[in-house]
Amino acid sequence: MTVAQSAPTGVAAQPAATAVAARKKQHFSPWREVWRRFSRHRLALASSVVLGLIVATVVFGPFVWTVPINEIDFAAKLQGPSWAHPLGTDDLGQDVLARMIYGGRISLAVGLAAMVVAIFVGVLVGAIAGMASGKVDAALMWLADLFLSLPTLPLLLLIIYLFRDSLKAVFGVEGGIFIMIVVVIGGLRWMPAARLVRAQFLSLREKEFVEAARALGASRSRQVIQHILPNALGPVIVAATIDVAAAIIQESTLSFLGLGFPPDIPTWGRLLADAKDYLDIAPHWALASGAAIFLTVLSINFIGDGLRDALDPRRVI
Amino acid sequence: MLGISVLLYTVLALAPGDPFSELAQNPAVPPEVAAALRAKFGLDDPVWVRYGHWFTSMMRGDWGFSFVSRMDVDTLILQRLPTTLIVIGAAQLIAILVALPVGVLAGIRPYSVFDQVANTLAFIGFSLPTFFTGLLLILVFSIQLDWLPFVYRADINATGWKFYWEHIKQSIMPVMVLGLFQGASLVRYVRSSVLDVVKLDYVITARSKGIGERKVVTKHVVRNALIPVVTLVMLQMPVVFGGAIVTEQIFRVPGIGSLLISAMLANDTPVVMAVTFVFSCLVVLCNLIADVLYAWLDPRISYR
Amino acid sequence: MVETLLEIHGLKTWFKTDDGMVRAVDGVDLRIDHGETVGVVGESGCGKTVTARSVLKLIDMPPGRFEDGKILWRGRDLIPLNDEEMNKIRAREIAIIFQEPMTSLNPVYTVGDQIAEVIALHQNLGRKQAMEGAAEMLRLVNIPNPQRRVHDYPHQFSGGMRQRVMIAMALSCQPKLLIADEPTTALDVTIQAQILELMHEMKDRFGMAIMLITHAMGVVAETCQRVTVMYAGKVVEEAPVGELFGQPRHPYTQGLIRSIPRVDRAAEKKQRLEAISGTVPSLLDPPPGCRFAARCRYASDICVSEMPPLKEVAPGHLVRCVL
Repeated sequence: MTVAQSAPTGVAAQPAATAVAARKKQHFSPWREVWRRFSRHRLALASSVVLGLIVATVVFGPFVWTVPINEIDFAAKLQGPSWAHPLGTDDLGQDVLARMIYGGRISLAVGLAAMVVAIFVGVLVGAIAGMASGKVDAALMWLADLFLSLPTLPLLLLIIYLFRDSLKAVFGVEGGIFIMIVVVIGGLRWMPAARLVRAQFLSLREKEFVEAARALGASRSRQVIQHILPNALGPVIVAATIDVAAAIIQESTLSFLGLGFPPDIPTWGRLLADAKDYLDIAPHWALASGAAIFLTVLSINFIGDGLRDALDPRRVI
Repeated sequence: MLGISVLLYTVLALAPGDPFSELAQNPAVPPEVAAALRAKFGLDDPVWVRYGHWFTSMMRGDWGFSFVSRMDVDTLILQRLPTTLIVIGAAQLIAILVALPVGVLAGIRPYSVFDQVANTLAFIGFSLPTFFTGLLLILVFSIQLDWLPFVYRADINATGWKFYWEHIKQSIMPVMVLGLFQGASLVRYVRSSVLDVVKLDYVITARSKGIGERKVVTKHVVRNALIPVVTLVMLQMPVVFGGAIVTEQIFRVPGIGSLLISAMLANDTPVVMAVTFVFSCLVVLCNLIADVLYAWLDPRISYR
Repeated sequence: MVETLLEIHGLKTWFKTDDGMVRAVDGVDLRIDHGETVGVVGESGCGKTVTARSVLKLIDMPPGRFEDGKILWRGRDLIPLNDEEMNKIRAREIAIIFQEPMTSLNPVYTVGDQIAEVIALHQNLGRKQAMEGAAEMLRLVNIPNPQRRVHDYPHQFSGGMRQRVMIAMALSCQPKLLIADEPTTALDVTIQAQILELMHEMKDRFGMAIMLITHAMGVVAETCQRVTVMYAGKVVEEAPVGELFGQPRHPYTQGLIRSIPRVDRAAEKKQRLEAISGTVPSLLDPPPGCRFAARCRYASDICVSEMPPLKEVAPGHLVRCVL
């Protein structure tokens, strides 16, 4: 039996513990162990299935369901679900299902891309802060604190408001907006990953870095980085899943408010915005788009939770 | 504070194209007036000077003039600020009142049925985007059941109890939407904090004193677990502001959130800048409160 | 006729973990009479702390459980008692102090509050009187300026002082038995001596029995009347202190005693500091025979296959070994 830990665990301790566990796990197959723990989390497993379905639908859908997304047909407007239109039609008679499949691609793409940006910046900043010390570290952490306290949505709105036109001119309408949204959303979410990576560096730096640097010469410091970073992998993966979910929600929110993609592009948020005025006569429209966002985000969140349990050695029965 | 405003202004300054170009295109404004306005706002001065002007005038309370609404920006904002603050405050209050007991109970019995249900509900709670929840509530309570109005009106022609009752009835949904969303993530944080504290040595010491499990939890565990949670609540305020913006749009609450959106859609830059400024002030205020609260609650921190 | 306060018979406290059932305490007997100091020694992980906490039922019961055995306090079995009844015994009749004074006190309440909490509860006093009692306890444990310090927070005390506060808190209701779980391990050597002396003083004053848990043989030699040696969840030897040090019968005990650094002996002839080779066996799946067999220089086949019973080899001296 382990005597209760004497000190409260802070963020710094957790990556270190994961590091120890990760090293231990390397004796047996590390990914098998992770999978074993993950699969005990029933909701996470179920969510993986759900998410898989959603992704498959969004990726392969257009090949199966070939109804065009902007076929306007006033005769069929605002109809409920039917065989011809499984999710009904909107106020212009366009097929909701087709629009949702198309919109899903965008929403998911934004989510993933924003996550990549956030993790990339975060790991970079965290590594620099962890390896350098003193002033550079302090400055970077001050910057992280600053970013953390910024009100995200207002700032997001502000930046998009200001730069929308110029980017449209350079990259074309869709591309421009996409890049801007991805960069801004991702750019406001790098802090947690940076903190995690930095903590990992701080805890391991004294041991491995110093030894290796002495023994192998400074030119091998890149190898050392390759040793330290993998240990931070666990918490960073968990943070990444949360980032995807958050990015999807933020993009939907932007579209819903009318400040995201242009109005004719049917991202899920946009669909919901259009649907809200017809809530009383055509609820299926709003329900479908809202449910899509909800289910996607929910399953990502559950998967993230399952991953956290699987990668965290502190779990107790 | 300085950092935030520098950032904001940098963003604005970096914006290629003149924010006043819209004004110039507004046919109602004759070109001489536009030129005079440009000179007055010092748009021809270098960036530093402009920033200085802007910042000092913000601090002085001179927030400019809204081109769209034709009134002083500060009047506009002050009209709508209380509404937003009330809604946000009520929502946070509800969130705390619900999340605390649930989180504590879940934390002291981890992996029990209660805990699993609470956890799942919490996940569902913060995976639901606020606008969807809002629409769902409108669908159910306003359209199907017709219990609650879904358009918020600040001017209600009623007096006495009816006045308050009408206000409450129309506030319930926006407050609930925000509150439930916040409550969901708060439940997880409280639970996690309680889980951390319950393992600590002094909890075993407390038990060994024979004071009874309930007192151990309420007196020893909760008091300690709350410290990080309280600061977190304060630091989460930026998120709540974001949620408020959305909620105000859906329920057409006349607060500064919807003001921001309508200003953006109308290219009313001074209002946009001013509202963002107000948000930043609120965020800084919340950070300050968080620091003070933390020092007050945890005797290990002192400001000497 | 001295009253027997505590009798533990065949206690088995096991823990359910991801990897299986950990048998932290696997059949332990112990006896403590009124007024005596009994030492429980063994290396880390041998089950001493779990035994101690089992007495007051301070083990988390979902992973832990009492697989078997009885804990008799003044003739009454504690194991079947519910929480409410245990709370009448905790602090009032049996008190416990822990190893880490740094973290054993709640950081957000003053020490006065924490001591007064016990006093108020068990002696049914109002707050003011309880605080006065707390200040009095602080004075008793030689904390200077008790009237003022009673309003201080734990972080304002040094490690040694905090341990004194713990002792004050534990003794505030004059329990008959004090369980001290490695009370000095986390303290400086000089402070260690002070704390031990304080405990001795308190014991004389209140006529208390002490269960002193430690892995330092030197401390045991100085303070205890009887000693129990534990290894891997079981008792391997038990004897009056003089007898244990003079005639240790179990190879593990012999190893422990030999591994005490002796400056005087080392000065006479060069002596290597002896350590016992090997490590403690897993408590998940303990070997069927004697658990020390793997590290024992005298081990034979029968040692590995069969668990030897606890035999009395001399009056009051029990050993679990075939030798």
